[in-house]
Amino acid sequence: MLKKRIIPSLLLKDNRMVKSVRFGGFRDTGHPLTAARIYDAQRVDELLVLDIFASRERRGMRSEIVAQISEECFMPLCVGGGIRSIEDMRILLSKGADKVLINTGAVECERLIGEAARAFGSSTVVVSVDVRRRPASGLKSGMEGEYEVFVRGGAEATGLDPVLWSRTAQELGAGEIFLTSIDRDGTMSGLDIALIRSIVDSVSIPVIASGGVGTLDDFRIGMEEGGASAVSAASIFHFTDQSPIKARKYLVDRGVNVRS
Amino acid sequence: MIAVIDYGMGNLRSISKAIAYVGGDVLVTRDPEKIRKAERLVLPGVGAFGQGIANLRSFGLIPVLEEEILLKKKPLWGICLGMQLLATSSEEFGRHAGLNWIPADVKRFEFSESARLNVPHVGWNSVRFSKNHPVTGSVKQADFYFVHSYYVRLKNDDLTVGTCDYGGGFTACFARDNIFATQFHPEKSQETGLEMLGNFCRWKPC
Repeated sequence: MLKKRIIPSLLLKDNRMVKSVRFGGFRDTGHPLTAARIYDAQRVDELLVLDIFASRERRGMRSEIVAQISEECFMPLCVGGGIRSIEDMRILLSKGADKVLINTGAVECERLIGEAARAFGSSTVVVSVDVRRRPASGLKSGMEGEYEVFVRGGAEATGLDPVLWSRTAQELGAGEIFLTSIDRDGTMSGLDIALIRSIVDSVSIPVIASGGVGTLDDFRIGMEEGGASAVSAASIFHFTDQSPIKARKYLVDRGVNVRS
Repeated sequence: MIAVIDYGMGNLRSISKAIAYVGGDVLVTRDPEKIRKAERLVLPGVGAFGQGIANLRSFGLIPVLEEEILLKKKPLWGICLGMQLLATSSEEFGRHAGLNWIPADVKRFEFSESARLNVPHVGWNSVRFSKNHPVTGSVKQADFYFVHSYYVRLKNDDLTVGTCDYGGGFTACFARDNIFATQFHPEKSQETGLEMLGNFCRWKPC
């Protein structure tokens, strides 16, 4: 049976690793390569590496770190940040990425999803969806739902509904959805289960849920109640004494279908 | 020397460094001369089937691969798309002819809505090896990393070495003579994958 995945994420700012709260207030959390080595030694299911400033600074992802991590680690590596073209993806894949994550690039040019799926296979293409809960006063007429997709590191509203956008991404060829609640990011206050459920129930591709994991039970809730195929987290591993090993053990003990 | 065939499909760095890590002398190449000199071959690959076959053809690799693998019987490991390309045909984005070295079709996972199974099949899943093989060695059952939407359906089930369950069993590993193939990625499957790559480096098919 297919296992649910625990996916630590590494956020890059310049050549350091950082962690945000609601996509801002960055704290330095060390060197990404050191962290990747530790996660590799802990046999994590997969690692996500995100150059979170690439889109904001309108540049491509710095690929050297991907090469460095891939040089030493034998775990699946998903990378993203500032990807705009098939060529960007080709470079990252040649440096050792297994999957590429596109966000702003996909919203601004939907065609990119299909082109990427044809070039590299759907299963290589992860569409990242950053979602913020819209304040009541911000509701535009004719728009339904209370959530909205944001791009450029959460800085730019798109007017897109997360459910409809996720479905579109799937139809265009996305192999997975990486779903982040901006409101919960770094708060460690729990995943937004209603948001996760709404996407999981609307697409047939795997959904990786992120934003808000603060306890080991949040992984279980995301997987069992949210129905996510994977839960991604960072703060809990950086700022508490929890580790992917402890998370795995916690979940196995509770009968959640993860690797033991 | 082990030649990892570079036909422009996917992450070749991971597989080559994994082979190097287990002590293999590895070269990533599409040069027919180097392929002829290699003692064993790896056909890796992630991506679309049609593109994969088109690339093998346009790089002029098919004759040399047929010569080295079908005639000279050099050991081959086909990984993921590299496994699927060995089949007769695939239905990915239209119908495409494969290398047809192994009688098989490449099919898309199709599930009913109520099965609630995602396609692609991404992540770690358990493989049960029902047959002994020098490459699987002492591994009888273990979790491996998969990332694919299509799977190989063999015409002759006797070639199946390992089976994985995803809405029913599918062939995760098959072998015939000097050909060994897996749908999963040994280079991404941590210690068990590395163990099998080590076995492959020492495999001498008779």
